Amino acid sequence: MTDLVLTKKDFTSDQEVKWCPGCGDYSILSTVQGYLPELGVPRENVVFISGIGCSSRFPYYLETFGIHSVHGRAPTLATGLAISRPDLTVFVITGDGDSLSIGGNHLIHALRRNVNLKILLFNNRIYGLTKGQYSPTSEQGKITKSTPAGSLDTPFNPISLALGAEATFVARSIDSDRKHLTEMLRAASAHKGSALIEIYQNCPIFNDDAFQIVKDGETKSAAILQLVHGQPIKSATHGVIYKEGGLQVVPLDSVSESDLVIHNANTPDPTYAFALSRLSSSILEHVPVGVFRDVERAEYGGLVNDQVADAIKTQGAGDLSKLLAGTDTWVVK
Amino acid sequence: MTKTVIPLHQVTIRFAGDSGDGMQLTGDRFTMDTASLGNDISTLPNFPAEIRAPQGTLPGVSSFQLHFADHHIQTPGDAPDVLVAMNPAALKANIKELQRGAMIIVDSDEFTTRNLSKVGYETNPLEDGSLDSFKLHPVALTSITVAALAELNVARKDAERSKNMFALGLLTWMYHRPTEATEKFLAAKFGKKPEVLAANMAAFKAGWNYGETTEDFAVSYEIAPAKMPPGTYRNMSGNVAMAYGLIAGSKRSNLKLFLGSYPITPASDILHELSKHKKFGVITFQAEDEIAAVGSALGASYGGALGVTTTSGPGLALKTEMIGLAVMLELPLIIIDVQRGGPSTGLPTKTEQADLLQAMFGRNGESPAVVIAPSTATDCFAIALDAVRIATTYRVPVFILSDGYIANGTEPWKIPNVDDLPDLRVEFAKTQENFMPYERDPITLARPWAIPGTKGMEHRIGGVEKADKTGEISYDPTNHDLMVRLRAAKVAGITVPDLEVDDPSNDAKVLVLGWGSTFGPIAAAIEALRENGQKVAQAHLRYINPFPKNLGEVLAKYDRVLVPEMNMGQLAMLLKSEFLKDITGYNKVRGLPFSTSELMEAIMVVLND
Ligand SMILES: Cc1ncc(C[n+]2csc(CCOP(=O)(O)OP(=O)(O)O)c2C)c(N)n1
Ligand code: SF4
Ligand SMILES: [Mg+2]
Repeated sequence: MTDLVLTKKDFTSDQEVKWCPGCGDYSILSTVQGYLPELGVPRENVVFISGIGCSSRFPYYLETFGIHSVHGRAPTLATGLAISRPDLTVFVITGDGDSLSIGGNHLIHALRRNVNLKILLFNNRIYGLTKGQYSPTSEQGKITKSTPAGSLDTPFNPISLALGAEATFVARSIDSDRKHLTEMLRAASAHKGSALIEIYQNCPIFNDDAFQIVKDGETKSAAILQLVHGQPIKSATHGVIYKEGGLQVVPLDSVSESDLVIHNANTPDPTYAFALSRLSSSILEHVPVGVFRDVERAEYGGLVNDQVADAIKTQGAGDLSKLLAGTDTWVVK
Repeated sequence: MTKTVIPLHQVTIRFAGDSGDGMQLTGDRFTMDTASLGNDISTLPNFPAEIRAPQGTLPGVSSFQLHFADHHIQTPGDAPDVLVAMNPAALKANIKELQRGAMIIVDSDEFTTRNLSKVGYETNPLEDGSLDSFKLHPVALTSITVAALAELNVARKDAERSKNMFALGLLTWMYHRPTEATEKFLAAKFGKKPEVLAANMAAFKAGWNYGETTEDFAVSYEIAPAKMPPGTYRNMSGNVAMAYGLIAGSKRSNLKLFLGSYPITPASDILHELSKHKKFGVITFQAEDEIAAVGSALGASYGGALGVTTTSGPGLALKTEMIGLAVMLELPLIIIDVQRGGPSTGLPTKTEQADLLQAMFGRNGESPAVVIAPSTATDCFAIALDAVRIATTYRVPVFILSDGYIANGTEPWKIPNVDDLPDLRVEFAKTQENFMPYERDPITLARPWAIPGTKGMEHRIGGVEKADKTGEISYDPTNHDLMVRLRAAKVAGITVPDLEVDDPSNDAKVLVLGWGSTFGPIAAAIEALRENGQKVAQAHLRYINPFPKNLGEVLAKYDRVLVPEMNMGQLAMLLKSEFLKDITGYNKVRGLPFSTSELMEAIMVVLND
């Protein structure tokens, strides 16, 4: 694909972007537009499918094919398209309400099937488009318009949920970290099958600074536990060690460097990635960021199309006359 | 002993037994052997919602009815002439429907005190005289079968299980059906289990010999072949015909067939059937729910496949919002609803036509979609092909409303010649300057089908209202009004054939107008009434949205219009509001197709009014 010399501009549609000023969606859009030329896929072979929500307006701003579909259901359209058109590169754009509340069922099934979809989950821990109700990722006790006395639900940890749903690739990134998000997009594209990237996204209007701890120059270096394949898992102040059959975050000065867990995203047993995912609490004291899990498993669309190809190979291409004629017939003269 | 052979014009037989007794298989085999003799046939399986209700109880009774004749027939018959009842429950569940003089063959071994009390018989009906007005044949089916299999060294349980083949053998003898095909069928089915094959074969022969040798059966019957248009025929159910129609549509349109479906009775068999035909390039996707099923089909359509989803009423309710998106995206989509009794879970294994208004209006906003309905089991083939034409030409969602009756019922199907099937090739939009995704074809009003992978045609579509032509998001009031009208005009302008009226007298005052699976029962009733000298016209709607262009004219011609429906008057409501015509409804929702006699009565009421 070296003959393709597309630029960020080529992937920018002529539509006026209509998110609120300062919305984290802008930076994600810019990063994705900047990354797409590197993907090396012609624009006409790229499809973005979204659900409903502020974040789901995303496809309109990309000069690719796109569908702004139904609340929570983007993975369903994307699955039908990806299976029937394995030549395409299909992205799903979804919010925390879209993917984890109304569309939870579709998300887990797309992941377990390992359909070739790159799913970008914009997690702002709030319902943006409907003006600020709590979401399935809002911390318990969240005061919103619909929960004036505080929300009661225990939130989902999207990474844990995805891992429980047999996901083969799960990562986390942050809207404002262009470099990191680009790396995650790269890794997700290299993965065959479903890839979920949870992106912490700031909603300055209804949930401002929800992720300030992992963005603020003063706190972020301590809070972010970098997941780099082959490297010890640590932040500026803390590190991750094995303890009591699981993982634990400890101050760096309490252990020696060699005690730290060396990250292996390819670990076949998902309990490792799951343990990593549990290191982050909703107050974001410590937040692993990077690829939690990246393992190989046959991609669903490939399996489907192999069955079809195999049937044609072993039985010959279908003959309609023969099908209609069947075997148990009689003749009327 | 010489036995009498009596010629008959038609017979209706019902095989009834426990769900585990193999009545469907027995009925199927008898049907195949009957079809091969050239009789016209019509069948009606009737099974319980429970997979295996407790043995010997009324809820566990499963039956299969077959009507066959030396002339053209329209229905599986009203009252059976012959009831084969494998136990007291089967007798009790079916006896009410028999007329005096009908033949009853029962497995007398099963009429034990215990089995009788299970279904509330205080005395044995085989002995208490309550069946005196019928021709009763108690046959010790189980013990004779077991005895016939004594030498075969099969377990008693396996021997008992073969008794349905004994019954089949006996009926095969009684109606002079050929035995070879059943023997071949058994060999193929049980080839890998020689003992089971031997047991079934021996039971089948024993049944035949029993008829031939015992004095209990002195008479056998012959039914001459029916006069049917020349051709090669096979027996066909609605669900299989639908699956074949979709495959044919995919071949003729040169589009990959993609079925997204979630299992539900009585639609699942279309999924099962299509999943067997991968060599036709067919993709079947069993989704996590009905929303995903229709969503995946719509996604596949977007990519240039023939997207289809199959379901029944409860599943259709779930698909609602996604079908609304399909209306907005203006992409081809076929939604097959094999209707069953509702609301909610309703009567899952029984038939009904009460989803018509759901298909017509069950979406938010002004959301027109095409609604068509097959009139017989074999019509499902043609209707599926036409759904492909409409969906791909006009880029709209098309509902096909089948129902449990024709989905499972069978009739002879004259196998069509593939070259006679319509040419359904479609054109995708080609690379062009200043492409506008909502610019319409001036005749069909369809928008371009511009699939991903087409260079330079990148564009975004979605459920938000779009500006005319450009397809960009638009909240403009006038534009929304225009787009609503355009989508409606597109559906209203779809070409459908004119309604044909069958009125041989040409001066009937009463028109009986049906839709969907009521065709057979209505036609049978009208035929019978005309034989009695009554003048009555019949017409049947296969296209409900849009209606045929001449429908208003047709309705205006008749003083009275009777609309029988297996719902509370849904088509009647549409007709009344569209044509301001007084409509008389005949409405029953018993989970069963109309009987010929009740329709005759209903029509007579209007004729005499
Ligand atoms: C069927 C349906 N129910 C409700 C809505 C209203 N609705 C639109 S977006 C949304 C929640 C959006 O939250 P999220 O997915 O987190 O996206 P965000 O706006 O935060 O990006 C809701 C409830 C809808 N569009 N459709
Ligand atoms: S409401 Fe929040 S998420 Fe939505 S556009 Fe505005 S800032 Fe962004
Ligand atoms: Mg949100």
